[in-house]
Amino acid sequence: MFIFIAVGILTFVVLYSLAAIYAERKVSAFIQDRVGPMETGKYGLLQSFADILKLLQKESIIPAAADKALFILAPAIIFISVFIGFASIPITNGVIGAGINVGVFYVIAVITIEVVGILMLGWASNNKYALMGSVRSVAQIVSYSIPAGVAVISVVMISGSLDLQVISANQGIFSSEKIFLLGFWDVSNIGGFLAWNIFQAPHLLLAFIIYFIASLAECNRAPFDLPEAESELVGGFHVEYGGIRFGIVMLAEYAMMLLVSVIAVILFLGAWNTPFPNIGTFTLANWTTGTFWGIFWLLAKAFFLIFIQMWIRWTLPRFRVDQLMAFGWKVLIPLAFLCLIISGIWKLVIMN
Amino acid sequence: MKKGIIHTINSILEGLSTTLKHFFAGKKYRNANGGVAKSNYFENHEGLVTIQYPKQKIPVPEVGRYQLHVEMDDCIVCDLCAKICPVDCIAIDSIKATEDIGITSDGTKKRLHATKFEIDMAKCMYCGLCTVVCPTECIIMTNEYDRSVPHVAQLNYVFAEMPPEEIEAKRIALLQFEEEKRKAKGL
Repeated sequence: MFIFIAVGILTFVVLYSLAAIYAERKVSAFIQDRVGPMETGKYGLLQSFADILKLLQKESIIPAAADKALFILAPAIIFISVFIGFASIPITNGVIGAGINVGVFYVIAVITIEVVGILMLGWASNNKYALMGSVRSVAQIVSYSIPAGVAVISVVMISGSLDLQVISANQGIFSSEKIFLLGFWDVSNIGGFLAWNIFQAPHLLLAFIIYFIASLAECNRAPFDLPEAESELVGGFHVEYGGIRFGIVMLAEYAMMLLVSVIAVILFLGAWNTPFPNIGTFTLANWTTGTFWGIFWLLAKAFFLIFIQMWIRWTLPRFRVDQLMAFGWKVLIPLAFLCLIISGIWKLVIMN
Repeated sequence: MKKGIIHTINSILEGLSTTLKHFFAGKKYRNANGGVAKSNYFENHEGLVTIQYPKQKIPVPEVGRYQLHVEMDDCIVCDLCAKICPVDCIAIDSIKATEDIGITSDGTKKRLHATKFEIDMAKCMYCGLCTVVCPTECIIMTNEYDRSVPHVAQLNYVFAEMPPEEIEAKRIALLQFEEEKRKAKGL
């Protein structure tokens, strides 16, 4: 059973990554008034498959001066660290790979393992650009994990649970406790977007924005793509990689985007709950709730966040290293702690 | 400080809205056909600009000055084009004709056989000087601009080529003719 779920999620993550690479190329193309890939299949739909096929056929070159064991191990660690994060994601009501009751803690911890892989990647390459890229990446991920973590804690305080399935259920019509919109209006039976965490307590909207910005930095996405800054570091930490090892690093990057988006959806945007509320006789929330509806809503919201990530990538220019650090430590962390304090007050004063 | 934050957020939102506008304009192509001559050319701000080249092409003028073409029936093999060519891409060899070989379309009498007329388009710089000096206007520039070949030697366009035996025959005929002329003059 577990092998079945694991293989299913692996297949889905790989297929999603290929689709996301295609989507990224199309989104960037349209934003820049181009057409993107058009030759491989109808509208270039098979472009990613052709690319991955090409990467599979390529010779796996290990540089002579590289640390061979680390060089081979690093892409695997990066991909595995992202992939095991999916283990405790509640896919829909009652369906979860590993229903551990410290799910949030587990996922946040596992995401950060990627740092080890990236540092190994840069160190093993024995290349100054690669090492510089991975050092930047480590500095960035370590810095931005703090506001992300604190923002997540402020949600956990409101939800009162570390179990992702409980946090999900508490944002919709399946809630075991009473839910209040903005702390006043009982929306336990109305559900829909009114019951989402960001509307249950308004300061969680700020926490959501903090988490989203920090998650961009954790995925090494623009405007925080310093580790792979093409114009300064050639290709960044994966500059020495080619063939399928590079392909795995690339897939891990896109899988990471999905993982952080799914976590954002679960913690802030109502997880697998429908966005439509019950209005009188029109019980939209009841109509659009179910096992497959749950999967659909979770993925739809996550893909929307991924689209926003792509949109931001092709709009905003890259930060400088000092700006990145200043923004993380002087802006995001104080705001995240502010959210944490408001969460505490909210829990004590309003939710009592 | 507060002004700076508001300014930053505003400028980020403005950038995002601009890119989103372009993203949704990606549904349609910017109609570039007709080029700048079209009256609404400068109103085309939105849509995709890519021309998918071998499948779509921007129309070029009918009188475009791209690749050279020689109408050999009109050529009097005067060699002017080869002489004016700044990059020496035209190679012409000729041999005098002994018999009447006809007239060009504008009535000029042809007196020379073209044993070789080749233009190396790999060398050509498209200056058009050859078309200017041609007395019979037989060398022209066409609107064809995208002929591609698998080997660079194939860019050497051959417009006239006479087999060696025929050249030899023509040479002997010319020698005989000149011999007869000398005899007739009593030299």
